[in-house]
Amino acid sequence: MVSVERNKNIKVITGNEACAEGALVAGLRFFAGYPITPSSEIAEILSMELPKVGGKFIQMEDEISSMGAIIGASLAGLKSMTATSGPGFSLKQENIGYASMAEVPCVVVNVMRGGPSTGLPTLPSQSDVMQARWGSHGDHPMIALVPNGVRETFDLTIRAFNLSERFRTPVILLLDEIIAHVNEKVELPDPAEIEIWNRLRPVDPPESYLPYKFTESDVPPMASFGEGYRFHVTGLVHNETGFPTNKQPEITKFLTRLNRKIERYTDEIIQTYCDYDEDAEIGVFAYGSTSRSARRAVQLAREKGIRIKFLRPTVIWPFPQKQVEDLARSVRKIIVPEMNLGQMAHEVEWAARGNSDIIRLNRIDGEPINPLEILNLITEMVS
Amino acid sequence: MDYMKYIRRKNFPLIWCPGCGHGIVMKAILRAIDRIGLQKDEICMVSGIGCSSRLPGYVDFNTLHTTHGRAIAFATGVKMANPNLHVIVITGDGDATAIGGNHYIHGARRNIDLTVILFNNNIYGMTGGQVSPTTPIGARASTAPFGNPENSFNISGLAEAAGASFVARGTVYDAVQLDKYIEKAILKKGFSVVEALTPCPTAYGRRNKLGNGVTMMKELKERSVSINKAKNLSEEELKDMIVTGVLVDRELPEYTQNYNMLIERVRETKS
Ligand SMILES: Cc1ncc(C[n+]2csc(CCOP(=O)(O)OP(=O)(O)O)c2C)c(N)n1
Ligand code: SF4
Repeated sequence: MVSVERNKNIKVITGNEACAEGALVAGLRFFAGYPITPSSEIAEILSMELPKVGGKFIQMEDEISSMGAIIGASLAGLKSMTATSGPGFSLKQENIGYASMAEVPCVVVNVMRGGPSTGLPTLPSQSDVMQARWGSHGDHPMIALVPNGVRETFDLTIRAFNLSERFRTPVILLLDEIIAHVNEKVELPDPAEIEIWNRLRPVDPPESYLPYKFTESDVPPMASFGEGYRFHVTGLVHNETGFPTNKQPEITKFLTRLNRKIERYTDEIIQTYCDYDEDAEIGVFAYGSTSRSARRAVQLAREKGIRIKFLRPTVIWPFPQKQVEDLARSVRKIIVPEMNLGQMAHEVEWAARGNSDIIRLNRIDGEPINPLEILNLITEMVS
Repeated sequence: MDYMKYIRRKNFPLIWCPGCGHGIVMKAILRAIDRIGLQKDEICMVSGIGCSSRLPGYVDFNTLHTTHGRAIAFATGVKMANPNLHVIVITGDGDATAIGGNHYIHGARRNIDLTVILFNNNIYGMTGGQVSPTTPIGARASTAPFGNPENSFNISGLAEAAGASFVARGTVYDAVQLDKYIEKAILKKGFSVVEALTPCPTAYGRRNKLGNGVTMMKELKERSVSINKAKNLSEEELKDMIVTGVLVDRELPEYTQNYNMLIERVRETKS
């Protein structure tokens, strides 16, 4: 990390560096991971930085155990994270579902590279956006964030921790190879000014503590192992006590709460940036590094006098359904550029409910989408 | 001693079948804990998936029932986050040495201070008697209807070779010895394994015509030979025998201590 100015916290860093730094600011104290391009620098940096703050780093034998270890550490009270890429992300899925089911806060970084399988290890892609939502089996809620640059990676890493702590849930941070490795000049905020959320702690004494209590907020307070609470944690469907249940009303009640706990806060979780021209007929929906190209294309189109609406989510799960529906009602066509075969376009189409046509612009060859490709499509559509 | 002090009575009845040996191992663990005098809050019990792995639900400690094969991985996180906890891993032969084999090996290699109680019933009990890595060659299983064509594992030997600092093997017939091994294992700083041989009359005994739980326990007794006696026996004589006792007890650097020393070193040079 190169500091360019003395007093201000201005640096030239990569997305992976910003992620590691954001995690430390958020209070990360345990990292477990397994090397994989293009995420390995996050582990390398944290192996260096965590012991300096009394935190712990471990390189596990695979991604499955890395995911297991961060869940264990979080239950024992430490903010925990792992980082990986496509193949490793697939391996983590069973335990991501466990974290969701057992309501264990943790952050999973997936630096997207081209797939399927070993795919394109050193080249960018956005083809894990659906795996982020549905990679683990069963009906589970999910939060996934997609930054579009280095500074936003710093911010959203902190937000990932905050959301995971607040909602007792795993949060996925989706970077891609471009963001992970590009160097950008960023001014990082003073850590003292950054808002940090911590999990709600129980106020009940151990005798009456229910680890999965139904509360008004739907998020039960969480004790740590070793503090005198002696609770049980399982991936089996359980009731308020944490012990398994097969009773139908209890099953429905628990699984409903588990999913509702994220659904009902969707408006608070979702963040979108929109830049709308009045009376535009064309909309662009883009996320992650592709949104940078899209942004540029929109600027160039405007220079040509084309009116356009640009919508960029930083949270894709839960999906910004209302925002997309509103956009779809106000334009005739929405372009969705993405480095996959149209995974998000599918979701946009669903949210648009037939109010506008969805035009896909896809690349799967490991090359970023060029602003001119998007611009050409826009100009073609107007003429 | 008062077992009920440690039991979550409201979770009874147990899921275990009549004649299953898992309850005997559970009692041996509780006796060991009681003798050492550990507080309930100091213990974190972590299990995988299987009949044996249901144990933590029945005992009043910090308890974590994880995913199949991954108990040692979760336990590694718990132990690193809070090294003051005595972390006891409850796992079956399938859980620890098939799907979880890699974590078993690497836990031992790191020599992280976990106590692994490995319930070896030579079969996958919970899922209905499929072959496990410890099913003897020739034995029948629901997925080996013509007899198991595979060789089986010496899972204690595996832990030794991988670097565990303590390994013992016992049977539920000799439950009194078993709790002594468990006591030693808990007290040992480092990766400790107690392989407890336990009968599964339902999924293994019936299919192999070994009788009920009692006859299977007697058979465990007949096949047992202590490590001291075994030293004077030939390989041929030891075939099909169960060598019991403390097989490994050695001093090796322990991982969480090493890591804490690393933190101290880094922080000293920093300040
Ligand atoms: C990933 C995964 N694969 C398979 C299963 C099904 N399963 C549950 S328990 C078990 C075997 C347990 O056998 P063992 O560990 O020997 O324990 P026992 O039941 O004999 O005590 C299997 C295969 C599962 N729960 N998860
Ligand atoms: S199936 Fe076997 S291991 Fe499982 S409870 Fe019954 S006897 Fe025990």
